[in-house]
Amino acid sequence: MSQSPLLELENLRVSFPTPKGRVEVVKGLSFTLGRERLGIVGESGSGKSMTGRAILRLVRRPGQQDADKMTFDGIDLRRLSERRMRDLRGARISMIMQDPKFSLNPVMTIGEQIAEALRTHERLARRDVQARVLQMLEAVRINDPKRVMALYPHEVSGGMGQRIMIAMMLIPRPDLLIADEPTSALDVSVQAQVLDLIDELVRDKGMGLILISHDLNLVARYCDRILVMHAGQVVESCAASELHNATHPYTRGLLAAVPRMEETREELPVLDRSAWSGT
Amino acid sequence: MTAISLKNLDISYGPTKVVEAASFDVAEGESFALVGESGSGKSTILKAIAGLAPDWTGEITVLGQPRGHSVDHGFASRCQMVFQDPYGSLHPRKSVDRVLSEPLKIHGISNRDARVEDMLAAVGLDRRFRFRYPHQLSGGQRQRVAIARALMLEPKVMLLDEPTSALDVSVQAEILNLLKKLRREQGLTYLMVTHNLPVVSFMCDRMAVMHKGRIVEIAPASALHDGRFQDPYTQSLYAASGGNPDRKD
Repeated sequence: MSQSPLLELENLRVSFPTPKGRVEVVKGLSFTLGRERLGIVGESGSGKSMTGRAILRLVRRPGQQDADKMTFDGIDLRRLSERRMRDLRGARISMIMQDPKFSLNPVMTIGEQIAEALRTHERLARRDVQARVLQMLEAVRINDPKRVMALYPHEVSGGMGQRIMIAMMLIPRPDLLIADEPTSALDVSVQAQVLDLIDELVRDKGMGLILISHDLNLVARYCDRILVMHAGQVVESCAASELHNATHPYTRGLLAAVPRMEETREELPVLDRSAWSGT
Repeated sequence: MTAISLKNLDISYGPTKVVEAASFDVAEGESFALVGESGSGKSTILKAIAGLAPDWTGEITVLGQPRGHSVDHGFASRCQMVFQDPYGSLHPRKSVDRVLSEPLKIHGISNRDARVEDMLAAVGLDRRFRFRYPHQLSGGQRQRVAIARALMLEPKVMLLDEPTSALDVSVQAEILNLLKKLRREQGLTYLMVTHNLPVVSFMCDRMAVMHKGRIVEIAPASALHDGRFQDPYTQSLYAASGGNPDRKD
């Protein structure tokens, strides 16, 4: 395992044109990631999902992205041709999207879709492909994988769909996994299972993980390090275990606004958005 | 007096029975939660009470009056529902003013202008929002409009179907505070569906836990403090929600 960082980002900017000029949704984001678990938290519109997409150069036009440095394992992502970029996506960096219902192809069986993900990146005999798919479905703890392979996405539940997505994303054995709200479409009881599974696979294979979520407590449970984003900027960066000692008023406000299991407060504190708009 | 009373309620969609033998009473002024995972039938119970799932058998009584299977004009002024997704529940081509005055028109209530104005103030929306359309509002503002719409006829019972699950945590806090304030000021009864146990701890007095169409347990919200639940399913749901991290023992 190399000691150099897996991903280095410096001054990442993403902007969209509007009638009033270009609006920056990510304003100069920098971080380095080793083989560790990084959490990015923030509210809707804070630019956290755009950051995830920008790493894969998936910001659609008319959006524009720009960075002073964006290297993945020594490869400069900014200069890569679209074709080389496509080879990299999925094979070395892959992304789990929010809702399995919209990310799976409804007219292909689950087995075919997972096999396609593998065949795009590796040349393998048909029998080997089948074996790898079966093995992967077992790894994401799907009972009776043979039967599930023949099913279509509408025939499986949400939690199972998300596990299939994970299988599809992990089958080419990527080095970096970006998970964008992987469980927000799922029930609490299934949420924990899916995250435990991602966690286990990431640890076993020594991958890097970027977990994007709006749920502070969830990120604190599953990551080593946390970046808190607000309005396109990182307002706070800390170790996950130190989250409850966060100092920035925005982070503190977010933490306080979450109801607790043993709630004694008569009223929840509300963020005063004017307090840090200058920063 | 009991605000909502269900006795042996079975609800079906076509040949599939989704709720079986649901029975509970909610006292007037109480805040009662229905929790469980998707597909457990919790929203269906609200729909049956509101008249949106007419295929039921058993007894539904709201504020002492039995609920029939047909559309009930008077019922609408006693009991109203707030839906989960404020992006989908407001008519995109009706302004806030029209959404709020429509129930008044239907029920022939006069003095609409002042009532709309008062209600906007009650849910914490500025007057300038009155003639806007839903797409010009944020998620939190839309949910305020949806709550205002439900309160226009001054009902005593509110059915809340995951009122904050589509919102950010900071906006969720604002809406929960608003619901709590309105309940206190107007003496409302809440029947609230949610899968978020900490929200139950903040908002509710008691909760019924549903699993596969059946109510498996009715417990006080204080059981969330120490996880003292009888049913194994409730215990697993509690554990999956992270238990109570503030508790030291």
